[in-house]
Amino acid sequence: MTAAFSARVDAALASPTLKLAIDRTTGTARSKRAAAMAAWPEFNIARDLGRDIKDHVIENLEHYLVTFEKNAIASGAKVHWAETGAQACAIVVDICRKANAKSVTRAKSMLGEEIGLPHALEEAGIERVETDLAEHIIQLAGDPPSHIVWPALHKTREQVAELFRTHHRDPGALASVEAMVGSARRQLREKFMAADVGISGANFLVADTGAVCTVTNEGNAELTTTPPRVHIVTAGIEKLVPSTAHAMAMLRLLVRSATGAELTQYTTFHCGPKQAGDLDGPEEFHIVLVDAGRTRMLAEGLADMLRCIRCGACLNHCVVYRQIGGHAYGATYPGPMGAVLTPSLSGLEAAQDLPRACTLNGQCQEVCPVAIPLPTLLRGWREKAWQQGFEPATVRWAVALWRFLILRPALYAAASAIGLRLMPLFSRNGWISRLPLAGGWTAHRDMPSPTGGTFLAQYKRRMKK
Amino acid sequence: MNERAKLETKASPHVALFATCLVNAMRPSIGFAAVQLLEQAGCRVDVPMGQTCCGQPALNSGDQEGTRQIARRNIKMLEPFDHVVVPSGSCAATIKVHYPELFAHDPAWLKRAQNLAARTHELLSYLTDIRGWAPEGVHLEKTATYHDSCSGLRELGVKKQPRKLLAGVENLTMRPLAGEETCCGFGGTFCVKYPAISNAIVDEKAAAVEATGADLLLGGDLGCLLNMAGKLHRRGAKVQVYHAAEVLAGMGDEPAIGGDA
Ligand code: SF4
Repeated sequence: MTAAFSARVDAALASPTLKLAIDRTTGTARSKRAAAMAAWPEFNIARDLGRDIKDHVIENLEHYLVTFEKNAIASGAKVHWAETGAQACAIVVDICRKANAKSVTRAKSMLGEEIGLPHALEEAGIERVETDLAEHIIQLAGDPPSHIVWPALHKTREQVAELFRTHHRDPGALASVEAMVGSARRQLREKFMAADVGISGANFLVADTGAVCTVTNEGNAELTTTPPRVHIVTAGIEKLVPSTAHAMAMLRLLVRSATGAELTQYTTFHCGPKQAGDLDGPEEFHIVLVDAGRTRMLAEGLADMLRCIRCGACLNHCVVYRQIGGHAYGATYPGPMGAVLTPSLSGLEAAQDLPRACTLNGQCQEVCPVAIPLPTLLRGWREKAWQQGFEPATVRWAVALWRFLILRPALYAAASAIGLRLMPLFSRNGWISRLPLAGGWTAHRDMPSPTGGTFLAQYKRRMKK
Repeated sequence: MNERAKLETKASPHVALFATCLVNAMRPSIGFAAVQLLEQAGCRVDVPMGQTCCGQPALNSGDQEGTRQIARRNIKMLEPFDHVVVPSGSCAATIKVHYPELFAHDPAWLKRAQNLAARTHELLSYLTDIRGWAPEGVHLEKTATYHDSCSGLRELGVKKQPRKLLAGVENLTMRPLAGEETCCGFGGTFCVKYPAISNAIVDEKAAAVEATGADLLLGGDLGCLLNMAGKLHRRGAKVQVYHAAEVLAGMGDEPAIGGDA
């Protein structure tokens, strides 16, 4: 285990409130999802369809990108292309500058986090007002997001009340969630309305109409897209779907997997700027299409991962995520999907712990609405880490010695016999609570003391009788 | 009828018990229970003396070439048998699911790996699904709960089979376990590579097991059982842990894993 990962895990496990916060949110998400699935017997069919839609788009990426661009331009949007995250940030900052923007509103977007957009806006001296309540919370706390659907999942209600009491002008009693929302609304509403530019992400890019689909529960995407004069969408190129009907099929999978609801409160298809006769809408509508490593993932054998619709179900069901939370992953994307994405985005050597810190129990794959074989992809990274020599020398040495014995049954039997004869020396009443070379086990749990030699030796003796 | 179906209905198939390295070293009684059950189910059982391990530690460490060496050896050793039966979902899945994957680019070995995969079965599902066996005259006046180990559950579909078999044990009362399909945090080498995370997971599992109030915790995979038994014991719980095969073989009143708590 690298020191950096170890330190983050220790900090997470030592937190007195983190586990409570994780269990509250993911527990509700799991039970609501389970109820939604129980009421949806065709889930497996829908999932195969979702998988096929995304695979089809990824196999024909160029075609759909060109179609989307053509239709978006026809709707009056300006389309920009960014190969890297830095390029995407520069394009966004440039549009803000041209619009003389002093403040921008932003709707939660994981891509924005991935490419470092909040930081880029700050550097450019542009005030960033988050319209998503959870994003507002982590902005006040100075934290990165800890979940892809609920970025402030690591904060308990009590901690949020504390933050608002410190930072809000008129916090009031903050006795309930509604009261907290009210406090945030009083704090932010004017800023929402006064912003020059609104920046959002996209859940889907609809190729045949050039529309951008967003889903939120707070209506905050609409707050960033409608009042400001300029609207900028940043979207990863994997967000494409062929048509609105396909977007609807994906929406069913996304929302039920994320929250267990049938639809989110707000689902909007944004198509181009305000037209003559429209009551509202932005005057300028920009779409920044971002690669930021996605085409490289194709080359790395991670095409399956490009299906991901960021529903968060794999995080909610992951036993590791549920213990250590999002920050321990040290990256934008946590949980199983993050453990697959991060080695590609930030390099395998630095992220080598993520694919390894997994029991390969397969529940993530079971719940994934687009059937991504996450354990297989994690194994793939382990193979690369092994080939590139990232496993610590002690592990390589231990595996080599063990393999040497495994391939030589007589030696293996002799070594087992010695081990089994030594182990009882450490035992008391049939249990071992401390054992040399097995500290990782006995630090936390006891080990039953073996008795009577190996099965093979005992069986051989019985057969002779 | 195809070859495979013929084998499966064979009155007395020649079965190799692949005991697994953990059973071999840590809990021989599971091996004996398996032999007994297979014989009751009409099989001619052999325990190949050259067996060691399926190779999972290397596989999960990313050492593919090392795993292939182990796999080739096991494939050769297990070729003479009609069926290979393994008292562990994760070791059975290694042979059944992952051996063929390892030889995806080696047609000759791929064929042999696929052939072995088709003949390999997890013990509890083999007894019910293939042999149609059910316990007779096995009594145990206890309450028990069951943990579904992940590989068996998700890679091999072992879920109903152990419950069906255990329902045939007279006087044994089964209690549901909250989160029975949630991983116990063992994960093979994971539990020693990331001990703090593994501990947090198994602690939650142990609490759920204790909350059932059952006398016994049963399962089908010794790695997970050792993990949970070790944690339950460290927590001072009185729950006793057995492989389901031991209970089915009438060994449910012999000393539990680790002896009497
Ligand atoms: S990998 Fe699957 S389950 Fe996880 S966030 Fe992506 S779509 Fe959802």
